[in-house]
Amino acid sequence: MTITPVPKTARTTRSARSLAWARRRGSVARFWRSYRTHRAGLFGLGALALIALIALAAPLLVGGDVQSVTNAPGTALESPSAEFPLGTDQFGRSLLGLLVWGARISLTVGLLAAALSVAIGTLVGITAGHYGGWFSTVIMRITDWFLVMPTLVLAIVLATVMSRSVWTVILAIGVTSWPTTARLVRAQTIAVESRPYIERAKALGGGHSHIMTRHVLPNVMPLVLAQTTLGISTAILTEATLAFLGLGDPTIVSWGGMLQDAREAGAVSSGHWWYLAPPGIAIALVALAFTLCGRAIEAVLNPKLGVAR
Amino acid sequence: MSTTSTTGTAAVVRAPEARTTSGSARAYLLYVAGRLGGAAISLLAVLVTSFFLFRIIPGDPVKAMTHGMPTSAEQLASLRRQFGLDQPMWQQFTDYCGKALTGDLGTSYQFHAPVGELIAQKLPATLLLTGVAVVIYSAIGLWLGTRSAWRHGSLGDKVNTGMALTLWSVPSFWLGLLLIITFSVGVGPIPGLFPTGGMESGDKTGFAYIGDVAHHMVLPVITLVAVGYAQTLLVMRSSLLDEMGSDYLTTARAKGLRDDAVRRRHAVPNALLPTVTMVFINLGHVAAGSILVETVFSWPGLGGLFYQALSVPDLPLVQGLFVVFAGAMILMNLLADLLYPLLDPRVGR
Repeated sequence: MTITPVPKTARTTRSARSLAWARRRGSVARFWRSYRTHRAGLFGLGALALIALIALAAPLLVGGDVQSVTNAPGTALESPSAEFPLGTDQFGRSLLGLLVWGARISLTVGLLAAALSVAIGTLVGITAGHYGGWFSTVIMRITDWFLVMPTLVLAIVLATVMSRSVWTVILAIGVTSWPTTARLVRAQTIAVESRPYIERAKALGGGHSHIMTRHVLPNVMPLVLAQTTLGISTAILTEATLAFLGLGDPTIVSWGGMLQDAREAGAVSSGHWWYLAPPGIAIALVALAFTLCGRAIEAVLNPKLGVAR
Repeated sequence: MSTTSTTGTAAVVRAPEARTTSGSARAYLLYVAGRLGGAAISLLAVLVTSFFLFRIIPGDPVKAMTHGMPTSAEQLASLRRQFGLDQPMWQQFTDYCGKALTGDLGTSYQFHAPVGELIAQKLPATLLLTGVAVVIYSAIGLWLGTRSAWRHGSLGDKVNTGMALTLWSVPSFWLGLLLIITFSVGVGPIPGLFPTGGMESGDKTGFAYIGDVAHHMVLPVITLVAVGYAQTLLVMRSSLLDEMGSDYLTTARAKGLRDDAVRRRHAVPNALLPTVTMVFINLGHVAAGSILVETVFSWPGLGGLFYQALSVPDLPLVQGLFVVFAGAMILMNLLADLLYPLLDPRVGR
C-alpha cells in the first residue's frame, strides 16, 4: 500500500457540499453496479422505460381522438385487421389506441397512489420511531388497526362513498395501503437512532426536526424506495380492480375500465378473446416490471434476502 | 398481528415461577387474555369506522332506496322513520353499535331483508370456495417454496419464482374471464368443458349434486390458486433460506442423514413457523379477495353479494359486509396469534 498524500490535501480544500455530492455520486454508482447484476431487475427496468415512453408519446403514436365515442373510425366489435391490429370496441374505437392511452392513467395512478401511501407511511413511521413513549404506542395501535382492515374492501368502500374521479381512486388506494411502510420505517428509525452519531448530533444542539429530516430520513430513504417500487405494482392492480368494478372515472380510458367494457359488451360469451387479452396482459406486465425492480432494489440493499438473480 | 411486539409484552408478563408448568400455563393465559382484548378493541374500531364511513356519503340514502322513483314527502318521511334516519346522529350510532353487537346489522334497501340473514345465507358458498382454494394454494406454495429454497439459484428455482411472480401480477378477474372464454365458452378446438358460472345446475341430488358443485368450482378455484400461491411460496422460500446456513443442519448432515431427511425433519419444521401465520392471514384476506372471482363466476357467495350491494349502493348491506370482512381478518389474526406460541415455545411464554 503506497501513501498518496496529494488527493488527501486536494480533498481537504473541497467544500463540505462538494464532498457530500461526491459521496452521493459514489453511492449511486455502487448501487447501480450491484443492481446491474440482477437480470430480472434489468428486465423490469427496461420494460418500464419502454412503457413509460409509449405512455408519454401516446398523442404522437395514436393521436388524441381515439377516446372519442362519437366519431369512432370503425364499426362495433370488429375482429383484428390491418387497420385495427387489436380490433375495435363496442363503440368502434381502435383497441390498440385505447390500450396505449390506458398506459397513462395506469402509470399516473400507480405512481401517485404509491407516493401518497409511502409518504404517509414514512411520516407516521419516523415520528412514531423518533418520539417513542405513549405517542408512539397510540400511533402504532392505529397503524395495527389499519393493517387488520381488508385493504381492497376499504378502498372499494371509499371509492363508492366519494365521487367518481381519478383523484378519488388515488386517495382510496393511498390512504389504505400505508401501514406496512409505517411499520418498516419505524423499525428502521429506531435502529438508526440507537447509533452514536445521533447522540453526537443531539449534543451539538440538533433539534427534533433536524434529526428526523437530516439524519434519520436519508437513512430510511433506500428502504422507502424499495417499498415505493413494490407499492406501485399493488396500486396498479388495485386501480384496475376498482375500474373493473365500475368505481373509476367513467370518462377516462383505463385498462381496468376496458375490461369492464369488454365484459359488458359480451366479449366473454361470444369468445372475443382479442378484446379481453391485451388490457390484462398490459396490467400484468407493468405490475410485474415494478415488482421485479422492487425486488432487485431490495436484494441490493439487503443481500441477505437471497433473491434469485 | 405482530408476533415480534408480543414477545416483548410476554417477557414483561413472565412471572418468576414461569419455568414451572403452571407458571407457563398462566403466562399463556395472560397472553391469550391480552390478544382477546386487542381483538375486541379492533372489532369495536371497525364498528365505529363502518358507521361514520357511511354517514359521510353525499346524497340522501332514502333517495337511493327508492331508485329515483316518484315518491311523496310522507312516504319519504315514513321510510326515514323505518330506517331510523330521522334520529340524531349520536342516537343512530348507539343504536347501531347495540344492534350490531347482538348480530342485527340492519335491513337491506335492495332485498328488504335483514342483512345478517342475507350474509348467513351466502356465507357457506364463500367458505367452501375460499376454504378449498386456500388449502390448495398453501399446499402448492409450501411445496414449491421448499423446493425453490433447497435448490436456490438453480434453473428450477428461477422458473418457479418467475412463474409465481408473473401469476401474482395478473389481475384475478381477468384470469377468470380468460378461463371462462377458453374452457367454458370454448376457443377453436377446445370444447366448453366447464360451466360459465354459478354453483350448481339445479337438477342434481346426492352424490351427483356434490360432483356438480365440484365441477362448478374448478375454474374459480384455479383462478384463486394461480393468483394466490405466490405469496406463500415467497415467504416459505425466504424463511427456509434463513435456516439454510444454520449449524444444526450441518450437524444433521454430519450425523449421516440423507439430504431428504435433513430437509423434511430439520429445516422445514423451523421454516414453517412464519408461513403458518401467513396462511391464517391469507384466510382472513381471501374472503374479501374473492369479491372479484365470485363476481366474475357468478358464485353465490359474500363477494358476489358485495358487488350487488355496491351497484345500488345498498348501504346497510355494504356496511354489514364490511364489518364481516374486517371481522374475518381480526378473527384469523387472533387465531394465528393464539396458535403461534403453541408452535414456537420461544414466543409468548
